[in-house]
Amino acid sequence: MAHAKALPANIGVGLAPVLVLVVLIAPVALGLALTLLPAFGYLPVLGGERLTLTYFAQLFATPGLAHSVAVSLMAGLLTPLLALSLVLLFLAGTAGTRLERWMRRLVAPLLAIPHAAAAFGLAFLIAPSGLFMRLISPELNGLSSPPDVLIVNDYWGLTMSAGLIIKEIPFLLLMALAALPQIEPEKRVAIARSLGYRPCRAWLMTVVPALYPLIRLPVYAVIAFASATVDVSLILGPNLPYTLSVMVLQWFNDPDLNYRFVAAAGALLQLGVTICALLLWRLIESLGAWLGRRWINRGERRSGEALLRVSGQLGVGLAVLVSVGGVLALLINSFAGFWRFPDNLPGAWTTQTWSRALGEIAQPLANTLLIALVSTAIAIVMVLAVLESEQRAGRRLSPSMLLLYLPLLVPQIAFLFGLIVATEFLRWAPDIKLVIFAHLIFMLPYTFLTLAEAYRRLDPRWSQLAATLGASPWRIFWRVRLPLLLAPCLTAAAVAIAVSVSQYLATQLIGAGRVPSLTTEAVALASGGSRGIIAVWALLQALIPMLGFALALFLPRLLWRNRRGMRGLN
Amino acid sequence: MHRRLTGVSSAVLACLLALPAFAATPEPDDWEQVLREARGQTVYFDAWAGDPQINSYIAWAAQQLQSLYGVEVTHVKLSDTAEGVSRVLAEKLAGNVQEGTVDLLWVNGENFATMKGNDLLFGPWAEQLPNFALVDADNHPEMREDFTIAVEGYESPWTRAQLVFYYDSATVENPPRNMRELLQWTQSNRGQFTYPRPPVFLGSTFLKQALLELAVDSAPLYRPVDQAQFESITAPLWEFLDALHPQLLRAGRSFPGGGTELRRMMGDGEISLALSFSPSEANAGIVAGELPPTVRSYVPSGGSIGNVSFLAIPFNAQAKAGAMVLANFLLSAQAQAYAYDPEVMGSATVLSMEMLSAQQRALFESIEAGPATLSPEALGNTLREPHPDWMDALERAWVERYGAR
Repeated sequence: MAHAKALPANIGVGLAPVLVLVVLIAPVALGLALTLLPAFGYLPVLGGERLTLTYFAQLFATPGLAHSVAVSLMAGLLTPLLALSLVLLFLAGTAGTRLERWMRRLVAPLLAIPHAAAAFGLAFLIAPSGLFMRLISPELNGLSSPPDVLIVNDYWGLTMSAGLIIKEIPFLLLMALAALPQIEPEKRVAIARSLGYRPCRAWLMTVVPALYPLIRLPVYAVIAFASATVDVSLILGPNLPYTLSVMVLQWFNDPDLNYRFVAAAGALLQLGVTICALLLWRLIESLGAWLGRRWINRGERRSGEALLRVSGQLGVGLAVLVSVGGVLALLINSFAGFWRFPDNLPGAWTTQTWSRALGEIAQPLANTLLIALVSTAIAIVMVLAVLESEQRAGRRLSPSMLLLYLPLLVPQIAFLFGLIVATEFLRWAPDIKLVIFAHLIFMLPYTFLTLAEAYRRLDPRWSQLAATLGASPWRIFWRVRLPLLLAPCLTAAAVAIAVSVSQYLATQLIGAGRVPSLTTEAVALASGGSRGIIAVWALLQALIPMLGFALALFLPRLLWRNRRGMRGLN
Repeated sequence: MHRRLTGVSSAVLACLLALPAFAATPEPDDWEQVLREARGQTVYFDAWAGDPQINSYIAWAAQQLQSLYGVEVTHVKLSDTAEGVSRVLAEKLAGNVQEGTVDLLWVNGENFATMKGNDLLFGPWAEQLPNFALVDADNHPEMREDFTIAVEGYESPWTRAQLVFYYDSATVENPPRNMRELLQWTQSNRGQFTYPRPPVFLGSTFLKQALLELAVDSAPLYRPVDQAQFESITAPLWEFLDALHPQLLRAGRSFPGGGTELRRMMGDGEISLALSFSPSEANAGIVAGELPPTVRSYVPSGGSIGNVSFLAIPFNAQAKAGAMVLANFLLSAQAQAYAYDPEVMGSATVLSMEMLSAQQRALFESIEAGPATLSPEALGNTLREPHPDWMDALERAWVERYGAR
C-alpha cells in the first residue's frame, strides 16, 4: 500500500532531471544556434542569405586580435592555476588550525562581493591615484602627483588576472571545504604522518589527489569565466586592444549592422578560446599529476615544509587583504568630497552621494530582491528535486546530467545575443518573468554545484531509520533530510542570490532595459560616474549577497541552537 | 461583376487591415488628438544614463509629464546608445512591427544615420511639434542636419553640445589654443594631457577636431569618405598623433575610457589639461567637488566642433503619441531653461532667443552661469560635424594604427 502511494510521487520527482535539463539546455542551444549562424553569414533580415567565411576573414584581420586572444587565454589559465595552488597550499598548511576556522567564516562575505564591485575596489586601491599610493605619498616616495605608470588596464591583463584570482580564491575555497569531509582528510593525513611526513606535505600528497576530482568542475567553471569575462575585463583589463570578449560585445553593439556578423564569428572564436583553455588545462592536469607522482616517489618527508606552509598562507592572506582593502577604498570614496592627490584621506567628507543614490534606489532594489528571491526559490526547488530523484533511484544520475554545467562552460556572450533574438521571435515580452528565467539559467549550475555533494554524502542511515519507522519518502524528505540539510541549502541559496545579483547582461539585454536592477544601474552610472558614485553603487550591489550569506550563516545557528551538528560549515 | 466585387472587397479588407495600424499611429498634425491619445500611455525613454545630473533631469521631466499631460515616463538607462539601436534592430529582425520596447531614444550622429538608413524610425513628426517653431530652424540649419544627414522630421532637437578644453589655472598659465600649440605644450608638459580612446564619442570628436584644424581642405570631410583620398586627407592627422602620443599620459600606451575618467584624472592632478563635450562640465565638476575650484574652460581659437543631439521615435514604438508629447515638452522654454541651469544640467539650449516671448527669455536670463562655464560669446565659432562616415573611418583607422601594437 505504502509502495503504491509512493510510486506516483517518485515519477513526479523522477521527471525533475529532465525538466531541469530542458530549462537549461534549450535556451543555451537555441541561443548558440542563433548566435552562430550569422558567423557563417546567415542572417536573412540583414541580407545574409549565403553561407560564407568572409566574416571570419574580417575577424582575423582585426588589428590586435592575436594579442586579445592571447590575453584571454592567459587569464583563463593563470587565474585557475594561481587560485587553485594557493587554495590547496593554504588548506594544506592550515588544516585543523584556528586560521582555517577563521577562513571558513571569511569565505562567505568575500564570495558575496560581486565581481564588478571587487574589480572597482581593486582599481581604487592600486591605481596610480589609488588609496595605496595616497597612503605612501609623499612620505615614502616624495610624489606630489600620481606617478605616470600603467597599472590598471595593463597590456598583458595582469591586473585583470589579479582581480579574477582574488575573486576565485574564496569560490574555490568554499567548494573545497564543502567537498573535503567526504574524503576524510584527517585519516589520510594521519596515515602519512605515521610514515614520517610533515603535516603540510602529508596533506598535499594524500588529500589533493582525492580532492581534485571533486572540485574539478568548479575549476573548469573558473577557467570558462576567466577566459570570457566581460565586466572584470572592462574595468581592469587591457584596452589597446581589448580582450576578445569585450571586442565581441562592442561588435554586437556597433551601429554598423554588418559588424553583427563579425561579432557572431568573434563569439564562435571566444567559444574556441574557452575550449582551448580547458584543453590546455587538461594538459596542465596531467603534468601536475606526473610531477606530483615524481614528488611522492622521491619519498622526501620533511624539506620545504615551512616554504609550502608560508606560501599558501601568504598568498591567500594577501588576496583577503586586497579584497578587504578594496572594500575599504570603496567605502572611503563613497563618502569622499574633493580629495587632492597626495592627501591620505579626503579633504572633505560628504553624504551627498549616498543620499542621492538612496533616493533612486527603491525600484532597482525591489526588482533585484524580487528577481533574486524568486529565481533562487525556483533554483533550490529544482535542484532539490533532481537530487531527491537521484536518492530515490538509488544511483547517481546519468552522465547526461553533466550538461547541467553547460551554462558555466559556454561563454555568456556566445549565446546571450542569440537568446535575445529567440525571445523576440517567440514574442515574449521583456519583463521581470523573462529576466527571472534568464537568471535561472546561470544560477542552476552553481546551486547544483554547491548543494550536490552535501546532499549525496548525507548519511543514508537517517533515511533508512525513518523508513523502518514507516515514514513515506515525502515524509522522510520533509522531516529528516531537509532539516538535516538546512545549512547547506541556505549556503546554496546564498550562492544563487549572489549569482543573480551580479548578472548584468542577462538583466539588461533580456529585460530590454525595462527591469532596472542594482547592477544595471551601477553599470549605467559607471559608464560616466565619478569615483564616489561608482563606489556607492558597487557597495549597494554587494549588500544583498552579504545579507544572503549572513542569513545562511546565522539562521541554522538560530534554528538549531540545541543541535550542534546541524549548524553547517562552522 | 465578380471581378469588381473582388476589387471592392479587397479594398474594404485593406481598409480594415489598415485600421488598427492607423489607430496606433497618431497624426502629428492634429496636436489635440496626439494629446488625447497620449493620456494614460507609458513612454519608455531610452537614454544614456552615465550622468546623474541628466538622470535627475529626466526624472523631473517625467514628473512634469505626469502632472501636465497624464503621460507616464520610464527612463530606460543605457550605458551606450547603441544598445537601444541594437534592440530596435533585433525587433525588426523578429518581425515585431507594433510592440516595440523603445518609445523614444536619445540619439544623434552615426546611430541616427544607421536607424534612418535601415528604416528603423517613425516619422516625419518632429517639425509638427508645437514647440519646434522656437528653434527657428530656418536660421539654424543644424536643427535639420545631424552630422550632415538630413533630419527630415525624423528626430526632434533636444540639447546642444560643443567641444571645450579645460585646465587648472593654478598650474597652467597659457593653455594651448590650437592643435599645433597643443603639441608644443605637451612637449614641455609631458604626461599632462590625454584624450579618451576612440570609438569613445569624446575621443572620436577630438580626432575630428584635430583633422578639421590640420587638414589642408576641410570640404571633403562633409561628404561621404572617398577611400582613394582618405590616406592623403588624413595624413596630417596621423603625423600629428604620432608626434603627440609619446607626450601623453602613460606615453599613449593606455587611454582613458571617457570624459568622466578624464575629469577624475584632472581632479587627482594626473593631468592638467582635459577636454569635454559639455561646456558646463568643468563647472559641474567644481560644484560636485570633483575638480579644484581653479579649473577654467576655453574653446580653441579657430572654434570647435559642436552638434545638436536629438530624440527619435522607433518605427514600432507603442506609445508614439506619448513620445511626441515628451519630445515637445523637452523642447519647451520651461524645460530648456531648467536644463540650462548649471545646478541642474548646464546644457546649452537649442531654442532661439529671438523666437521666445519676453517672459520665456526671462526664464533663461534669471539663471546664473558658474565661473567655469563659458558664455555663448566665449563658445565662439561652432564647427559643423563632418559626415558620419568620417567618424567611423577615423575610428577604425585609429584602432588600426594605435589600437594594437
